[in-house]
Amino acid sequence: MAKRIDVSGLTAYYGSHKAIEDISMTVEPRSVTAFIGPSGCGKSTFLRTLNRMHEVTPGGRVEGKVLLDDEDLYGAGIDPVSVRREVGMVFQRPNPFPTMSIFDNVAAGLRLNGKYRKSELNDVVEKSLKGANLWNEVKDRLNKPGSGLSGGQQQRLCIARAIAVEPKVLLMDEPCSALDPISTLAIEDLIGELKERFTIVIVTHNMQQAARVSDRTAFFNLAAVGQPGRLIEIDDTERIFSNPSVQATEDYISGRFG
Amino acid sequence: MSTAAVTDKRPSSLRGASLPKWSPWAIAAGSVVVAVAIGLIGGLSSKIQWGLIAAILFVLGTYGIAARVEGRRQAKDRVATSLVWVAFLLAVIPLVSLVWTTVSRGVKVLDVYFLTHSMGVVADSEPGGGIYHAIIGSLEQVGLATVIGAPVGILTAIYLVEYGRGKLAKSVTFFVDVMTGIPSIVAGLFILSLMLIFEMQPFGFAGSLALAILMMPVVVRSTEEMLKLVPNELREASLALGVPKWRTILKVVLPTSIGGITTGVMLAIARIAGETAPVLLLVFGNPFINNNPFEGAQASLPLYIYQQYAQSAGANAAYDRAWAASLTLIAFVMILNLVARGIARWKAPKTGR
Repeated sequence: MAKRIDVSGLTAYYGSHKAIEDISMTVEPRSVTAFIGPSGCGKSTFLRTLNRMHEVTPGGRVEGKVLLDDEDLYGAGIDPVSVRREVGMVFQRPNPFPTMSIFDNVAAGLRLNGKYRKSELNDVVEKSLKGANLWNEVKDRLNKPGSGLSGGQQQRLCIARAIAVEPKVLLMDEPCSALDPISTLAIEDLIGELKERFTIVIVTHNMQQAARVSDRTAFFNLAAVGQPGRLIEIDDTERIFSNPSVQATEDYISGRFG
Repeated sequence: MSTAAVTDKRPSSLRGASLPKWSPWAIAAGSVVVAVAIGLIGGLSSKIQWGLIAAILFVLGTYGIAARVEGRRQAKDRVATSLVWVAFLLAVIPLVSLVWTTVSRGVKVLDVYFLTHSMGVVADSEPGGGIYHAIIGSLEQVGLATVIGAPVGILTAIYLVEYGRGKLAKSVTFFVDVMTGIPSIVAGLFILSLMLIFEMQPFGFAGSLALAILMMPVVVRSTEEMLKLVPNELREASLALGVPKWRTILKVVLPTSIGGITTGVMLAIARIAGETAPVLLLVFGNPFINNNPFEGAQASLPLYIYQQYAQSAGANAAYDRAWAASLTLIAFVMILNLVARGIARWKAPKTGR
């Protein structure tokens, strides 16, 4: 079910500004890959190119190849909408739909794609909420608005919403940066469970978090402000944090950055 | 003695002398009294002059007293506050006076008979008759104008906010701005020129077309603002679930902003409900009941008010009817506004637990 991502020679632009340049990497299925690096180095931009959300930004365009199990996401005739059904995304700030109840939020992906029956929806919603470790907290108030939950619960609601459509890959853009340590722990545990079923890519500023949750870690950096971000290296998380092969990575990780 | 006072008060840089809470009211009352005195002594006949003198005295007096007791910074603060209050009163007094006049003069003949009968067999100078035909005309013309204007306006706004890029969007925005400034009589003349080309007689739907032209830019503007308020994160969240863009707009963006859009449409309706000029040109007016907006002259409330006032040769009965019709029109617009507020509150994104 989970799929492998193969990126080769990927360059992304905002208008005429080159945000990231010539990135190539492989993301293994059923694993957690963490992206670390300073602000503005293009981690989030790169993440958004993996499900074609980058082009939603006005002026956003991409060169290069992203293969999802041998199929090029940027190939001719590929529908970005179907790509996003395969590659789900969780954002930095929890963003449940304010007009919808908790139930409707989780069902949104299926219902908005318009092909599910009521009984099926009930099952999918329960399964997804259980998958996001939120079921016990909300099962008695599924019809209440999702915006009434706490920040951590809202973020898990967003994860439930994303996994309800059964994507092959789950992208997470700093999912814990707006949360307290306890909610962060809940979501990190959840990531550990979800990697049994999905390929997970997570952007984080928290290096301990990268060390805790990920199997492989990629370090991004930029030469100077205004220069495009580049992939410095990607390796097993243990190796990156103990014995990285590039000096810049070691400097960044040990806090001797800049 | 002065040292004793100082030790008593414990001098503090954080605490200064301050005027008592009732001081603005006292200053206001004082300035009104002085203004009345000046008016009587100076022989100023206009009460408006009295009021303006009182307002100026209030602002100056506030500054003088506060500057003496509290210091210059607090005085400036109080002057700003009192200016806001004066401006508020200046704005509210005409409004209250207008509503009061309309209600007190309008209730004379406003009854069920008035609302359910037409002017068909009543001469303009005689008492009796009613506005049923005008209500029917107004409802039909405004309703048809809304059916045309609201969807076009909302769809234009969706285009501008969700899809519009480059020159086309810019020119659409420009023309919407230009349309906002079109005087209603010009919109009426535009439709009239079409009617003359096709040699048509006045009828209700022609008025609706002109009203729709007036309504569209208002709807576009307000809907645009409401759609811009929808956070981009919600659009991205929906797109990231693999929902197509049109469905995202239909199921996420519009429901989130539906309260504000409804309010905007209702306000646009309220605006065109009071338009007289295009109706005068295109619908012409008709003392009889005409239920068909597509054939024959119709009446409408603002047109009825104008014609009762203009064509009655000073008959009191006609003036009373004009005031009663005005009251009905104001009530109609107010009910629309209340409905809009109700819908906005009902549809607003819920935050409760």
